[in-house]
Amino acid sequence: MNNLKNTFREISRYPSAIFGGIIVLLLVALAIFAMIKIPYSEAIRLWRGGEEVWYQNPKNVPPTWYNYFSKTKLPESFAVKASEDGKFSKTVTPNADGTALIDYEYEFDFEADDFPQEMFFYFDADYVSKSPFVTVTLFRPDGSDIKIGDFGVSHKFTYRFSQDERLVKRVDRLMHREIINPVEGLFAVLESQPSQPLKGTYKLVMHATTFEKDSDLDIEFVSHGQVSGLFGTDHARRDLTIPMLWGAPIALAFGLLAALGTSVLSMIIAAIGAWFGGWLDELIQRITEINLVLPFLAILIMIGTFYSRSIWVILGVTIALSIFTGAIKTNRAIFLQVKESTYIEAARAYGATDWRIIFKYLIPRIIPLLIPALVSAVPGYVFLEASLAVLGLGDPVLPTWGKIINDAETYNALYKGFYYWILEPAVLLMFTGLGFAMLGFSLDRIFNPKLRGM
Amino acid sequence: MTSETPPKENLQIKSTAADTFKRLMRFMSFRVLMLVVTIVVAVYSTIMIANMGGYVDTIMRNDIRESTIMKVAAMTANKPISGDARRQMQEEMIALEEKRLGLDTPFIIRSFRYLGNALTLNLGRAIYMVSDHGSKAVRAIILERLPATLLLMGTAELFLFFTSVFLALMLSRSYGSFWDKLVITLSPTSAAPPWFYGIFFILIFAAVLKILPFGGMVSSPPPETTIGYSLDLLKHMILPASSLVISAFFISLYNWRTFFLIYSSEDYVDMAKAKGLTSRNIESRYILRPTLPTIITNFALLIISLWTGATITETVFLWPGLGRTIFRAIGFYDTPVIVGTTIIYAYLLALTVFLLDFVYAIVDPRVKVGGGNK
Repeated sequence: MNNLKNTFREISRYPSAIFGGIIVLLLVALAIFAMIKIPYSEAIRLWRGGEEVWYQNPKNVPPTWYNYFSKTKLPESFAVKASEDGKFSKTVTPNADGTALIDYEYEFDFEADDFPQEMFFYFDADYVSKSPFVTVTLFRPDGSDIKIGDFGVSHKFTYRFSQDERLVKRVDRLMHREIINPVEGLFAVLESQPSQPLKGTYKLVMHATTFEKDSDLDIEFVSHGQVSGLFGTDHARRDLTIPMLWGAPIALAFGLLAALGTSVLSMIIAAIGAWFGGWLDELIQRITEINLVLPFLAILIMIGTFYSRSIWVILGVTIALSIFTGAIKTNRAIFLQVKESTYIEAARAYGATDWRIIFKYLIPRIIPLLIPALVSAVPGYVFLEASLAVLGLGDPVLPTWGKIINDAETYNALYKGFYYWILEPAVLLMFTGLGFAMLGFSLDRIFNPKLRGM
Repeated sequence: MTSETPPKENLQIKSTAADTFKRLMRFMSFRVLMLVVTIVVAVYSTIMIANMGGYVDTIMRNDIRESTIMKVAAMTANKPISGDARRQMQEEMIALEEKRLGLDTPFIIRSFRYLGNALTLNLGRAIYMVSDHGSKAVRAIILERLPATLLLMGTAELFLFFTSVFLALMLSRSYGSFWDKLVITLSPTSAAPPWFYGIFFILIFAAVLKILPFGGMVSSPPPETTIGYSLDLLKHMILPASSLVISAFFISLYNWRTFFLIYSSEDYVDMAKAKGLTSRNIESRYILRPTLPTIITNFALLIISLWTGATITETVFLWPGLGRTIFRAIGFYDTPVIVGTTIIYAYLLALTVFLLDFVYAIVDPRVKVGGGNK
């Protein structure tokens, strides 16, 4: 107990140990938070989901906090559904002949310095044979109003602003010039060139007429802005929050398991070899030499290309190839020294079995050296997993940081200026690497008597 | 040193010298045997992995069948030919193609043939990959990529090695100074691999500042004068080389500095200091000399590590080196290229290890070759 306290006191004298420890703790907290907030199956469903899951998001837009650092405020993306959002006011006026008038009104503020990319209505109509009819008008802050369109609504009906030729023409007439994106015209000062955003409160008014008794209509209004979510979106409209959050538990699990497996197994094998000696020791040494010749990364790439990209297979192969490396030689040298100590002789004298000596007397001696080595090895494995993902050999199912970087590289994010796409996972990877490296580094200086005070 | 030995012990020394020579020879032949076994096993393992234990055969067979059927269908599309004849034609062509690629012999036999070819450096021909000059010989493919890798890796690694050893010596002299502490603080930055720094460098210097290219080795079209070409090459090399250097710089500096510090805290160094020798003298005689074997080993291993290239860094920077070639070869299931690069690496490594062993056995008085066991 006292020993532990002393160790902690020693650790607290190294600021980099504290800093590294805090980063590691934060990462663990992030990992736990991710796993609680988005359960595994849900995360996979969202990550693998296509347009039907992510239709509310624009493609390749930076996160919303981008606006804090930018002079021109970009419009945020949003999606509101009449049946779920209280800001939609709905009035139903039934007529005697079974038809009814349903009026929807929705007010929203537009304060951005740029224009939304695209807008949609998703109608969900409930009827048997006669579909409802809708007229939509936008009331603008300058008092003018623009009719967006009128259309019959089938059961599931999607209305895209930019695809409506009549709306494009109407906007062109208002602006007195040709505008490619009608959404730009809808939110611009009339006849301005280049388009000036017209800030203020807008009101969408929809008049729907239903022709059957129980007929009803639900509307979802989706605006693809130029910023979205906490982490932005990728080329497939996916919210990067999911891989950013879930990358933490995956990276930590891979790094820790690989480091733990490698160091513990190589320690045990080195101890066995050193203790029994003879052909067993010789064999272990030869395997180590063979393993040093084998191309580590090339084999991992081959495994990923030929056999399986499952993270568990890669983890297993990584551990298997990392056991018989330099570490086993270092450990063996220490064990050979410890083997000659008197307390081992004493143990042998009272008749302790070989395995008892190995696990109770030899291995515990090396654990103080093992801990810093283990912590320092974690970043290497975290980056190894990311490296494989960057080469396109990441686990096809899991959302990881390396996968984001790979996607970004594939779609030339740096060239096109989508910096957030690469920077976000890179910063998290960097923190993970730095945290463990700093902690391991200071632990090494504390536990390794050779380095004391150096 | 030897001149200090008193003359009366000369005879004894001669007999121990002969003894040492015999022991040395025995040790060396044992080492050679072991290295050969190591190479054979390692190369055979690589062959097995690169062929997925024979499964690549199945992939290739299916590939041949599919392409041959398409070919025959296209050839006979407008010809009056019976279905049987067409089928016979297909089978004949498939058999011919399989024979060409050696698929008609069982994999186990072939794997030993591959091993034999590899060990005799008969690298053979690639299955799909072609060198830029249109050759399918693995040797040509490798030789074509080697200069690019050696240029990039060589520049970066040699610069890294010499700078860090030199600076580390200076740091170990001023232990505890501001620079020393700075290096200790910065050494965890080496946890990130080169490609990671590469991405940041591309972001800053290529995307934002637009002063250096995103990747590649020369501009397109390449400059016509030699000087222009060299300058262009240099410009393309700055980012990948500096990311290779930066990612290992601080840890390497730290390791060398610690290494020198351990040696400079030995008693004989204190003794030399007490004698009043100059620090330059102490450094060259009492610190550098005992550490020289380690420095040489590290340097030798560094030289052969150049061979494999830096797969991911080369991929990120689109550098046409060996590392990327290996990666592409794996993507094409092109076993001969994969095995070819591995075998050369294995030979280089084994040769270096052997030479180092040999040199140490001769040079280092502390390495008593098998002497103590008798």
